[in-house]
Amino acid sequence: MPLLDVKDVNVAYGDVQVLYDLSISVEEGEVVSIIGGNGAGKSTLLRTISGLLSPASGTIDFNGVGTHDMAPDGVVNTGLIQVPEGRRLFSLMTVKDNLMAGAHNEAAYAAREETLREVYEMFPRLEERQSQLAMTLSGGEQQMVAIGRGLMAKPKLLMLDEPSLGLAPVLIKEIFQTIRSIADKGLTVLLVEQDVNHSLELSERGYVLEHGRIAMQGKAEKLLVDPYIKEAYLGI
Amino acid sequence: MDLVFFAQDCINGVLMGLIYGLVALGLTLIFGVLKVINFAHGSFIMVGMYVSYWAVTLTGLHPYLALGIIVPAMFLFGYWIQNLLIRPIFIAERDVREPITVIVVTTGMWYVLDNLALLVFGPDYRALSPNPLKGQMLNFGEIFISVPKLYGAAAAVATAGLLFWFLQKTRMGRAIRATSLDRDAASLMGINQWKIFNIAMGIGTAVAGVAGAVLTPFYNVYPTVGIPFDVKSFVIVVLGGLGSIWGALVGGVIIGLVESIGPIFMTSTWTEAIVYGLFLLVLFVKPSGLFGQKHDW
Repeated sequence: MPLLDVKDVNVAYGDVQVLYDLSISVEEGEVVSIIGGNGAGKSTLLRTISGLLSPASGTIDFNGVGTHDMAPDGVVNTGLIQVPEGRRLFSLMTVKDNLMAGAHNEAAYAAREETLREVYEMFPRLEERQSQLAMTLSGGEQQMVAIGRGLMAKPKLLMLDEPSLGLAPVLIKEIFQTIRSIADKGLTVLLVEQDVNHSLELSERGYVLEHGRIAMQGKAEKLLVDPYIKEAYLGI
Repeated sequence: MDLVFFAQDCINGVLMGLIYGLVALGLTLIFGVLKVINFAHGSFIMVGMYVSYWAVTLTGLHPYLALGIIVPAMFLFGYWIQNLLIRPIFIAERDVREPITVIVVTTGMWYVLDNLALLVFGPDYRALSPNPLKGQMLNFGEIFISVPKLYGAAAAVATAGLLFWFLQKTRMGRAIRATSLDRDAASLMGINQWKIFNIAMGIGTAVAGVAGAVLTPFYNVYPTVGIPFDVKSFVIVVLGGLGSIWGALVGGVIIGLVESIGPIFMTSTWTEAIVYGLFLLVLFVKPSGLFGQKHDW
């Protein structure tokens, strides 16, 4: 049984339907990318999995537990953690307080000092800046805090919503390397991206989302050389 | 002009100002977290004063010891008001960060609470009894300091300090700050927004209870006692900066000083004009207030 199993999910904002009978699954230890253009429904899918939106129909199972009718804090307790689009840091709190706020669920709170050390090892720059307000950091550093804050919640599966958004090319490379190294430590990762090349390169599998439906799916290396994807997303 | 009188008025102004700050503290906290204006804040002060009055009358405790009863009672009062009356509005208007309807509901709460007090306790002005602080004065040469106001000012600073420590240093405080800055991001960290709203409202109301306990030893209790405090709280909170704890105390001291020193130079009715003039000036020049964060709103 897959770790995350989303089945036939329909989601609408009021009268406007965004996701249609959408199904995806993520196996334990995998890195899976969901790619697609603006408005395809990528963020809506992650918001639904996190419990910020509830599906009109369909089921979401995580680790054998149905999470589709849970509130966001219940979903977090199961170990399903999202790093939201645009980083969404607590701007007027210090870097350390932002990270600590991530360790709110009971299991994560008990292990907070140890996880904080691991996060600081991964991002030494954050330790240097731990008493600075989050809003004073550069874009790349803010993304590090956002990922670190997600890790502080002790995820079984980490969902990242467009981590490369608004970053300089050199930083984008760095962020993707970080994500790969997190996955290499054994964490399951679900990555939502518009940067098709980078995200498929570090993934095992990928889904292509178009107009709220899965248009294609398969092994990442196959998708990378697929003529349709090359034309539509890579512009080659 | 006599320097002694001036010093006397300054001290009085600062003491009363800190108490005004305490009165406004709950309002600024609730706004900071829920982003809604609580128009019933004056009524919460009134309820706090009645709770203090009855806690002292029925148990015979010193009003400051009675805080052990007043604070939990007021916390639960605020917690359930939020849970039963305000939460349904947030849920119904889930796409709006600051539902206007809440203002209408809190205004309704103001009228209901004030008239309930009138119905239950009658229009009488009640003075605290037993009142161990009644009319006590400290005297330094020619300067007299009111003991209940001195205690009240100390309680104001202590409450603000405690609240600041709680918000900065505890797990719950951090969760409250996170929710006040970004509700969705806080939810994604596993923080239950509704629980935080209930607790923040409970704490804000408990602080109004502290203000009630501080006021009753030198201020009569009656059903509409909250109204002047309500208006003053809004001026103070805008002066100091919405959501700022220390801003509330500084705003309170400014109002306290204008009210006590003003009458030396002009007829006392003019001090009101200065207070509201200052209020308008701050809104024009620095709408975020003296200590408010420009960021976000």
